Amino acid sequence: MRTDGPPLLQAVELRKSYGGREALRGVSFEAREGELVACIGPNGAGKTTLLTILANIQAPDSGTLSAAGTMGWVPQQPALYGKLTVSENLRLFARLDRVEDVEEAVARMLAQSGLEDRADEQVARLSGGNRQRVNVAIGLLGAPAVLLLDEPSTALDPRQRERLWEFIGALATQGTTVVYSTHVVSEAERHASRVLVLADGERLFWGTPAELEETVSSDGDFEGAFVAFLRQRGH
Amino acid sequence: MRSIRWLLTKDLRILMRSPLTTAVLIAYPVVVALLIGFAFSRGSDKPTVAVFNQVPADEQVQIGNQKLGTVLGQRELSDRVKVLKVSSRDEAERKVRDGDALAALVIPRDAVAKAESQLGQSQVELLVNEEDPVKGRFVDDTIASAVAAENRRLSRALIRENLQYLQLLLKGGTVNVLGNDFTVLGLRRIGAITRAAKRELPRRSAVRRQLDQVIRFNSLAQQNFDLGARALTAASEPIKVQKQIVSGTRVPLTSFAAALAVAISMMFVTVSLASGSLALERAENAFSRLVRGPVSRAGLLGEKVLLAGLAGLVVTLLMVLVLSGFVALEWDRFHLWLVALLVAGLAFGAFGTALGAVARDASAASLLAFTVLLPLVFCALVPSGVVSHWLYDLTRAVSAVFPFKPALDAVNAAFYGDGALLGPLLHLLALAGAFAIAARVAVTRFQ
Repeated sequence: MRTDGPPLLQAVELRKSYGGREALRGVSFEAREGELVACIGPNGAGKTTLLTILANIQAPDSGTLSAAGTMGWVPQQPALYGKLTVSENLRLFARLDRVEDVEEAVARMLAQSGLEDRADEQVARLSGGNRQRVNVAIGLLGAPAVLLLDEPSTALDPRQRERLWEFIGALATQGTTVVYSTHVVSEAERHASRVLVLADGERLFWGTPAELEETVSSDGDFEGAFVAFLRQRGH
Repeated sequence: MRSIRWLLTKDLRILMRSPLTTAVLIAYPVVVALLIGFAFSRGSDKPTVAVFNQVPADEQVQIGNQKLGTVLGQRELSDRVKVLKVSSRDEAERKVRDGDALAALVIPRDAVAKAESQLGQSQVELLVNEEDPVKGRFVDDTIASAVAAENRRLSRALIRENLQYLQLLLKGGTVNVLGNDFTVLGLRRIGAITRAAKRELPRRSAVRRQLDQVIRFNSLAQQNFDLGARALTAASEPIKVQKQIVSGTRVPLTSFAAALAVAISMMFVTVSLASGSLALERAENAFSRLVRGPVSRAGLLGEKVLLAGLAGLVVTLLMVLVLSGFVALEWDRFHLWLVALLVAGLAFGAFGTALGAVARDASAASLLAFTVLLPLVFCALVPSGVVSHWLYDLTRAVSAVFPFKPALDAVNAAFYGDGALLGPLLHLLALAGAFAIAARVAVTRFQ
C-alpha cells in the first residue's frame, strides 16, 4: 500500500443532486498508484453516487475529476450475462472495451481469477463468490490503472470474502490503484491505506484508518471508533 | 457499429439458449398462420343451409321463351350459403336442430307453377335455430338476401316478357297463342297506314279531320309506349347500387385477416423482445457497465430496436410462408413486403424499448407490453359508425400515435397494393423516431 507519489485519480469538490436532495456536497479526495482507498459511511451517505461518477456512469453537477490512465468498474451486483459462459462474458466485454488482444486478455483474466477450469460454464451456474470474481475480472480486462469497486464483498461468505481481498490486494501490489466502497468497516481498516468517510453526501474524514481512530477516544476496535466518530459528527 | 454487432451476437446467443422463448418465437407465427389458414380453407364466411327442394329436378321455370332454371337455383344460394341437400322436411329440421346446418329452406312443390303463372306467390319455408342471436341475425340476412336476389331474377324475366308484348304492340309482328300464329299490326304501321290514307282524301273531307285525330292519338300512344318500356325497365330494379370506396381497405376479407394476423404477430413479437431485452440488461445489472464507455445509451437502444426489428421480420416472413399455403400472395411484391415489415419492425422495436425503459424489470415489461398492445389493436379496428363520433375520433387519434395502425396499412399496401405505401412508411419512421427519443429520455434514470 502506497501513499506517496503523484495522484492517479483526483476528485475536487464533486457535487450531485437528485431533485432537491443533495447526494454529494463538494467531496474531494485523491488516490495514488497502487493505493487502496476505502469509501465508508452509513446507508445513503453517497458512496455509490461517488463511485458511479468516478466510473463515468453519471456526470457530477459540478466539480472536477482527473484520472491518469484507464479506469475499470466493478458494480455492486455482478453485471454478467447468466446465459453466457465465463469466457463468453469476458470475451464480450473485452471486445466492447476494444481490448487489443482479446483472447490474451481473456486467458489472463481466467488465470488471474482462478477460473480457468470453469471457463465454459454458464455464469448462472456459478456460486456467488465465483460470479463476483468474474465480475471483478471484467473490470480488469483493459488492465486499468484504477479499479473502482462498489461494495465488492456484499453477499459473499467469509471464505469467499477472504479470497476476494487476496485477489484485490495482489492487484494493488502490482500497481493497480483500487477505490472501493464498503459497509463492512473492518474491510476498510484491514485493506485500505486511506479511508474516505461520507455521511449525507458530505466528506467527514479523509486520512488513514489509524488517523480516524485517533480522532476519537474509543477503547474499542476500528468499527467502534468509526461509530463514535459518526456520533461525534452528529450522524 | 462493431459494438452493436457484438451486442446483437450476444443477444442472439442468449435467445438461442432460452429454449422456451425461442420455441414461442418460432411456434407462435406458425400456429397463428395455420389457424388462420385452416379457418380460411373452411370458408367460414358462408353458413351451411339445408335445402329440401320438393320441385322435381327436371321442372324448370319458363317465362315466355326465357328458361330460368330452378326456383332458388344453385347460383342464387351457393353464392351466399353452403348448400346441404336433404330429402325430407324432417331431415332438414333435424340438420338445424343438430347444428349441422344453421338453417333449412323448404321449397314447395308448386314453386315453379306459381312463378310461371304470375298470379300467386310461392311460399318458401325457413327453419332456423335461434339459440344464438348473432347467428340468427346472420341467417335472416343471408336468406333474405338470397330470396331477394331470386325475386329480382324472376321479376326481371317477367318484365322482359311484358316488354316484348309492348314492343309487339308498338312495332307489330307475329304472336303465338295456344299454337296459333296471329299477326299484330302495331302502332307504327297503323300510323303509316293512316297517314297514307289521309293523303288520298280531299282537303276538306270530314273523314280527313277524323283521321287527323286518329294520327295524333297514335303518335301520342307511341310516345307513351316508349316511356312505359323505360318505366318497366326501371321498375325491375328501382334502386341500383354503385359502390365507391372513399376510405378504408378494398382488400378481400381473407386477405385483410392475413394482413391483420401478420401485423399483430409482428407487434407482439417485436415489442415483447425489445422491451424484454432492454429490461434484461437491467436485471443482469449490465446496463451501467455497458453505458459507462463501451456503448452509449442511444447505441444500446438502437441495438435493441435492431434486434427486435430483425427478429420480427424473420418471424413474420416465416408466418407469411406458412400462410401462402392457404392465401394467394403476390410474390412479385416481395421487395415491398421486406421494406414494410422491416420499417414496421423498427417502429414496434422503438415502442418496445420505450416500454422496457419505463418498466423496472423483464416481467413488468412483458405485462406492460400485453396490457398496452391489446387496446391498441381494438382501437385500430373500431369501424366508423358503430361508436359515437367523438369516441371514433379518439380511437383514430390513439391509433395514429402508436405503430399498429400504420403498420397494418403498410402491410396491406405492400402485400395487396391497397393504397400508397409511402405514407404509412413515413408515419412509422416518425413514430420510430419519437419512441426512440422517449426511450432515450426514460433510460437516463437507469444506473
